Amino acid sequence: MSVGTPLPHDSAPLHVAGSARYVDDMPLPANALHLAFGLSTVAHGEITGMDLSAVRASPGVVAVWTAADLPFANDVSPSAHDEPLLATGTVHYVGQPVFLVVAENHLAARKAARKGKISYRDLPALLTVDDALAAESRFEGGPVIWARGDAAAAIAGAPKVIEGRFDMGGQEHFYLEGQAALALPAEGGVTVHCSSQHPTEIQHKVAEAIGVPMNAVRVEMRRMGGGFGGKESQGNALAVSCALIARAFGRAAKMRYDRDDDMVITGKRHDFRIDYRAGVSDEGRILGIEFRHLARCGWSQDLSLPVCDRAMLHADNAYLLENIRIESHRLKTNTQSATAYRGFGGPQGMLGIERVMDHVAHDLGLDPLAVRRANFYAEMGDASGGSIAATVNEGGEAPLPPGGDAFSRGSAVARGAVPAAHGQTTPYQQPVEDFILHRLCARLEKTSDFQARRAAAAEWNAAEPILKKGIALTPVKFGISFTLTHLNQAGALVHVYQDGSIHMNHGGTEMGQGLHRKVAQVAASAFGVDAGVVAITATDTGKVPNTSATAASSGADLNGMAVKAACDTIRERMAEYLAELHQTEPRKVHFENGRVFVGGAEMSFAEAAARCYQGRVSLSSTGFYATPKISWDRVKGQGRPFYYFAYGAAVSEVVIDTLTGENRILRVDILHDAGASLNPALDIGQIEGGYVQGAGWLTTEELVWDEKGRLRTHAPSTYKIPACSDRPRVFNVTLWDGANREETIYRSKAVGEPPFMLGISAFSALAEACAACGPAYPDLQAPATAEAVLAAVNRAKGRA
Amino acid sequence: MDDIAFLLNGTPVVLRGEAPTRTLLDWLREGRGLTGTKEGCNEGDCGACTVMVTDHAGTRALNACILFLPQLHGKAVRTVEGLAGPEGEIHPAQAAMVDKHGSQCGFCTPGFVMSMAAAQVRGAVDHDDYLAGNLCRCTGYAPIVRAAEAVAGTAAPEWLADALPEVGPAPFAPGSSDELAVWYAAHPEAVLIAGATDVGLWVTKQLRDLPEVAFLHACADLQQIEPVAGGLRIGAGVTIAALRAAVAGSHPALAELLRRFASEQVRGAATIGGNIANGSPIGDAPPALIAMGARLHLRKGDARREIALEEFFLDYGKQDRAKGEFVEAVTIPAEAPGLACYKLSKRFDQDISAVCGCFNIEVKCSIIESARIAFGGMAGVPKRAAAVEAALIGRAFALETFEAALPAFAKDFTPMSDMRASAGYRLEAAGNMLIRYFHERSGAKVNVLEVMP
Repeated sequence: MSVGTPLPHDSAPLHVAGSARYVDDMPLPANALHLAFGLSTVAHGEITGMDLSAVRASPGVVAVWTAADLPFANDVSPSAHDEPLLATGTVHYVGQPVFLVVAENHLAARKAARKGKISYRDLPALLTVDDALAAESRFEGGPVIWARGDAAAAIAGAPKVIEGRFDMGGQEHFYLEGQAALALPAEGGVTVHCSSQHPTEIQHKVAEAIGVPMNAVRVEMRRMGGGFGGKESQGNALAVSCALIARAFGRAAKMRYDRDDDMVITGKRHDFRIDYRAGVSDEGRILGIEFRHLARCGWSQDLSLPVCDRAMLHADNAYLLENIRIESHRLKTNTQSATAYRGFGGPQGMLGIERVMDHVAHDLGLDPLAVRRANFYAEMGDASGGSIAATVNEGGEAPLPPGGDAFSRGSAVARGAVPAAHGQTTPYQQPVEDFILHRLCARLEKTSDFQARRAAAAEWNAAEPILKKGIALTPVKFGISFTLTHLNQAGALVHVYQDGSIHMNHGGTEMGQGLHRKVAQVAASAFGVDAGVVAITATDTGKVPNTSATAASSGADLNGMAVKAACDTIRERMAEYLAELHQTEPRKVHFENGRVFVGGAEMSFAEAAARCYQGRVSLSSTGFYATPKISWDRVKGQGRPFYYFAYGAAVSEVVIDTLTGENRILRVDILHDAGASLNPALDIGQIEGGYVQGAGWLTTEELVWDEKGRLRTHAPSTYKIPACSDRPRVFNVTLWDGANREETIYRSKAVGEPPFMLGISAFSALAEACAACGPAYPDLQAPATAEAVLAAVNRAKGRA
Repeated sequence: MDDIAFLLNGTPVVLRGEAPTRTLLDWLREGRGLTGTKEGCNEGDCGACTVMVTDHAGTRALNACILFLPQLHGKAVRTVEGLAGPEGEIHPAQAAMVDKHGSQCGFCTPGFVMSMAAAQVRGAVDHDDYLAGNLCRCTGYAPIVRAAEAVAGTAAPEWLADALPEVGPAPFAPGSSDELAVWYAAHPEAVLIAGATDVGLWVTKQLRDLPEVAFLHACADLQQIEPVAGGLRIGAGVTIAALRAAVAGSHPALAELLRRFASEQVRGAATIGGNIANGSPIGDAPPALIAMGARLHLRKGDARREIALEEFFLDYGKQDRAKGEFVEAVTIPAEAPGLACYKLSKRFDQDISAVCGCFNIEVKCSIIESARIAFGGMAGVPKRAAAVEAALIGRAFALETFEAALPAFAKDFTPMSDMRASAGYRLEAAGNMLIRYFHERSGAKVNVLEVMP
């Protein structure tokens, strides 16, 4: 069966040949126009004058538009209608689009866009968390508060109280392909090509902006050069601009951001400050905990509310917290509007509790892994998980072979530290029914040789005065589903042609994750044919309507099921007809290895298709899927927002230089739960890439704004994503081979976001290394740049 | 007259009337419809636009986004479209990237494939170094390195062996330093372009028009490294890559610093003269050269002069260079056994220094006989740590001596805070580098890059 096979990415041969086409690679019709935005240069100000004469006079300029020129809705917000395409009277951050240049070529547009003379009356700019708190500048009025039990009382009664404050930076997506869109005028509307995770949203915003119904806008999206959440809503402005100009001038219009513009204009991961106060037992069990999340959301709402919700929903990570109170402040600031980014708030919430675990372990003098185990949810069985499904090893020792009874259920369970398994729920009352992290961590502990290496690191640290090592194991439990319940739906359209070739389309978008490959494997399995028989086609709002963003790791879960439904419908029609033809029963018709077996007869799939065509059987079907079981009341903070949880754990080992704070990851061992993998090669690719991206967030990737609110790190010269040599030298990734207990597509699990949070282990390891420098809690802050590490080393030594 | 002639994917191309500052990338994508070469950053920092360029010096991977068309004159360019064989045979790097799952979104992939193909031609196996200039956001690099390892040791396909075209004189480019001297004296407002790794950004990012330019790549006599009395004379046109190779044996500390100088693609284009002449306070070569006591050779017309390198850097953005005068060469001692270079940046590879500290200390009979210490990133210019040097010279080579010298840093430097580091961290780390020097020379482990898992 095609499902489960480690096939390469369907576009890999095109990628390596340079023939995979992205928006900016499409041949343009003659006379195409090129667009660029003129940007605000102040963080908050009232526009008092706009002299655009130099822009208009610039060579190659065809037109210059301001908000006054927009014929219909001036809004590119995905949520609250608070994000004008072009500024109206007031600007809210440095980089906000103020006017739109239309020119004969890209360079002419860029040059002209810098020639605007805009005068402002400065207004007070809220740039930092503290600024926004002092000004009570929030979305949703006051903070959102969710609670279970009585955290304050539990903390008051606890033997020990641990409290602290942790700042974590945001993150630039740095998709290699910048934002881009191209609009072609069409009869009655437009056709838009764009680099977007959310074609339906583009269609919706374009329709509003050009004053036509959605049926007059067709959006086609073949592939993105990376998305990571940054192309969920941030492409709206480009697509809408192109559509407006294409309509107005009857000419094709293209817009792509130069990298610096892209980084200055678009939103990034939310940076968070988390204040925490935990009451703990002598064994490190958290008896009560209070979190205060302070998220810098930027100037418009965008997706900040669900992002911050998801941070709250992951404040527990893998730990049973009976008494918890989370206060979440969604702060409105005069900076880029923070947006979706892989994990969607989950990483921030999870990092909060993981810092608490390390802090507790440090102050109580306990083993951090023991503290984590003492707080784990109780083990809940899944159907399998006995052997290793797929492994990629980089150097070092091979992982130990899986042992049948090697996996203890964890010492914490043996000690009875975790309350009874029955009825355990998350703080938001979702039952945790398949908690596998005891076994998973036990296996990883063994295969990574964790304890021996931890001892070796301690020996190293005792002997070495300058370089210190740290090693840490951290777990991930990540909830899968859109928390906005209605988004958990998907559609598909499948055709079988009379020659037996298959055309597949669905609402998901390809951004590198191999979604189309996986879903094609699903289609191929349904018809018992080779995956190569299934043609992968561009996402197209004209084929499948009302799609959700390819986000929340949901792409394969939702679209795989929708495609399977469509395929099953066609296959059933075929079976019914062929059975009748051969005087047998439909259930005796089998589709395998490119052949169709009908009772005693056998034919190729192509022959079967041809016969069905001749028999006037419809060989085209839509398919639809809606995720079952979920319901969520976000006001109360209660319900079952997630269909299931994905799990994983990582062991990272690092070394730091205590003189400069320079640091690097030496080795990582990962054991990750992708359910019954649809494609182990692609899943391992997501895990490796997710880990490095997560580690990058917490180490080298630092966003810096100056006192005027200008982003100073707006290009790869100043914003440093991991480079080749930053990957761990030894990089062992193994898939946990348990099937999903829920009825997902072939019992697989979502894998896009969860591995990102495995990168937290690198941060914990760095904190461990800092702690080896002295008795005090190093209180390492994120990102752990060399500067941050040196500061933590100094704190550990008591020099802070 | 201004014809630019080169081979593109094996086919001769002659361009006439192109602006001299048109980049290869724009021309490929807009002019030729060769869209396999991608624009990721347009400043030479991501490698998505990597192409393979062959000339008499060999084959290099270069960033097409900051490569101007006249620089290609007489050379052979291969883009990703020209990598497969004449019968459509897939290149080994392409095959390996598919087999090892080295592409996800695919946007960076052509650049990686080109870097691997160029490395294969050169027989390079230092994968982390030659791929440092190619950023990938999807894969975490592990499968890409697996692909690179699969290619390592294989022979480059014969079909890539381009015969260099016979061409006329290079357009916009003097053919020797003598010609340059005459021309530049007559056109003192012109911009001289060597590798274009900095000037390229004036065009692609600052959107500047450069009305008058001269390219230096045709001045072969500026590209020589010659032994001279007391050292090595390095022509201004020597690329960082060539310098790194030349000093690998004689000046290992300098060579290691140059390994971390930008990226393979930039080192293959950038020149030592350019790194000095642009006067940046955070260029990586000057602190090392100053610590070694380098002498700078300047020329204007027929007038030549020589100064200590540190004297060239007068103030931020201001150098001791007259109009029409250019850097001809720099001389360094034949060896510098006491030299250590410490580059501190957010990322190890392909990053700009927050602090670059270079220490050249000679010890005799346990007494510090001489000390030349220079820093980048600590002032508006690359600057010597005179007070620190004074606090060391004549004293015992002992930790106490080094620790006692630490307060002198505040006399030498008042660094600034920016996006790379705070002032306080710069000052502290600079001092700690001095302590590191002592420990390193005493045999302790001080380099995280040397710790293996």
